Amino acid sequence: MTGTNRGGEVSIRDLSKSFSLGGRQLAVLRTLNLEIRSGECLVIVGASGSGKTTLLRILAGLETADSGGVAIDGQPVHGVGAERAVIFQEPRLLPWLSVLGNVAFGLEVRGVPKQEAEERARFYIALVGLSEFADAFPSQLSGGMAQRVGIARALTVQPEILLLDEPLGALDAMTKIGMQEELARIWSEENVTMVMVTHDLEEAIYLADRVLILPKEKGGAARLIDIDLPRPRERSESRFVRYREELLREFGLH
Amino acid sequence: MTLQHIDRPITIRASRSETGLGRDFLHLGGRAALRFLSRYGVLVGFLVLWQVASSVGWVNAAVLPPIDMIVAALWKGLAGGSLLGDIAISLQRAGIAFAAAVAVAIPLGLFMGQVRSVETALDPILQVFRQTSALALYPVFILLLGLGETSKVFVIFWATLFPLLLNTTSGVKEVDPKLLEMARVYGASRLTVFRRVVLPGAVPSIFVGLRLSATTALLLLIASEMIGANKGIGFQVMNAQYNFQIPLMFAAIVILAGLGLIANQALVALQRRLCRWSKPVN
Repeated sequence: MTGTNRGGEVSIRDLSKSFSLGGRQLAVLRTLNLEIRSGECLVIVGASGSGKTTLLRILAGLETADSGGVAIDGQPVHGVGAERAVIFQEPRLLPWLSVLGNVAFGLEVRGVPKQEAEERARFYIALVGLSEFADAFPSQLSGGMAQRVGIARALTVQPEILLLDEPLGALDAMTKIGMQEELARIWSEENVTMVMVTHDLEEAIYLADRVLILPKEKGGAARLIDIDLPRPRERSESRFVRYREELLREFGLH
Repeated sequence: MTLQHIDRPITIRASRSETGLGRDFLHLGGRAALRFLSRYGVLVGFLVLWQVASSVGWVNAAVLPPIDMIVAALWKGLAGGSLLGDIAISLQRAGIAFAAAVAVAIPLGLFMGQVRSVETALDPILQVFRQTSALALYPVFILLLGLGETSKVFVIFWATLFPLLLNTTSGVKEVDPKLLEMARVYGASRLTVFRRVVLPGAVPSIFVGLRLSATTALLLLIASEMIGANKGIGFQVMNAQYNFQIPLMFAAIVILAGLGLIANQALVALQRRLCRWSKPVN
């Protein structure tokens, strides 16, 4: 899946970030170094408070690092950029726009003419299987459907890098598995670099080329685990289960 | 064999629905009547009680005339045209004041909601103004603007301004920051965020303000017309009372209630059209 010439290479250099919490400085990221390959799927896991969402928000340009920085295809990142799109935990749809309007929103905001934007939006609405609901309003959609609209909106701007912040965290178990399969399919079809935060280890193994485990304690080091499994992946396969055990061990749970 | 199997249930069902048709209609009619009663039953009961109490003599009919006399006075005033001039001038006063309040409060409210420093600076004085009764200020306005139309329109404007201003401001401030961040991620400029996210998000709250202001406008209209006016519905209420034309007084009151209902319904209908996505709260 790697080796495209599309770009979407992310280079993270000596990245540090801390928050002040009740007068105390709380370091969440400590001199992190990481290369994310073009077209790869990197999944970030870690206990809560390990800074995984913070890292994603820095990549998105929504937060700035205290020191160190991020470069995309060699260009240092300052703020948000057209080559990146973010899928949040909540769908964040505009309730007054139809599904079509919401999916076209990202393009329209960038100045693409309405008709062209809607045409491209329809393609991605079909890709996430919601063609019949193009005229529906967000209040009429289920949680899973709404999240798929959010995914379609991000894909419509055709980003090089897709940043996902626990995108399936709020869905029920059944919907979640279906959506994981859908994300895997979209990722392989769209040829996009995907960086995803999750707290679901099985989800991480199902989707990732590499899993980044962020440490919780001071002085702990981030760890990368290659997931060397053929796709589409089989959750009950013995090697899948072994990866799960390995990740659980990382969290001291096995 | 299969044919027979299919045939039988169909005939049974057809015959059943035929006999049940009349009953269904009856059932449907009964349901509609029930719904009407559950909604308007108390109102109808109140009117019937009034009519009976007044005509039988439980209450003084000179003070609370029966409904039919009020309706007759209303009909005479409207069809005869004697009340139409009053309605026109009242609508003009309330209309100009309301329009002016909309023109000032909505842009100012949007601005205040967007720029924190402006809101911080203006909030204390607005709170003082808002808590000062417009009726208490009416004598001041009369001193400043004279007893004519200007002071009347101004006092209505003053009172309608605040509900609309505060609701517009809070509507802008309460737009979901997660939606603002989403728009920012897609590279929306400040103006685009305002136009595509903030403004539509504030519309329901603006409508709450509009409906409050419309009610306030009618309230202040009557109060202002009771002082130094020789025309208008509020004047008619007072004047009819002085001249002991009690049915006419009630007719004027009924017109007022009607105007209030119409204004509210018009705003609800407009809101339904503008934002199908959010149901107006009644």
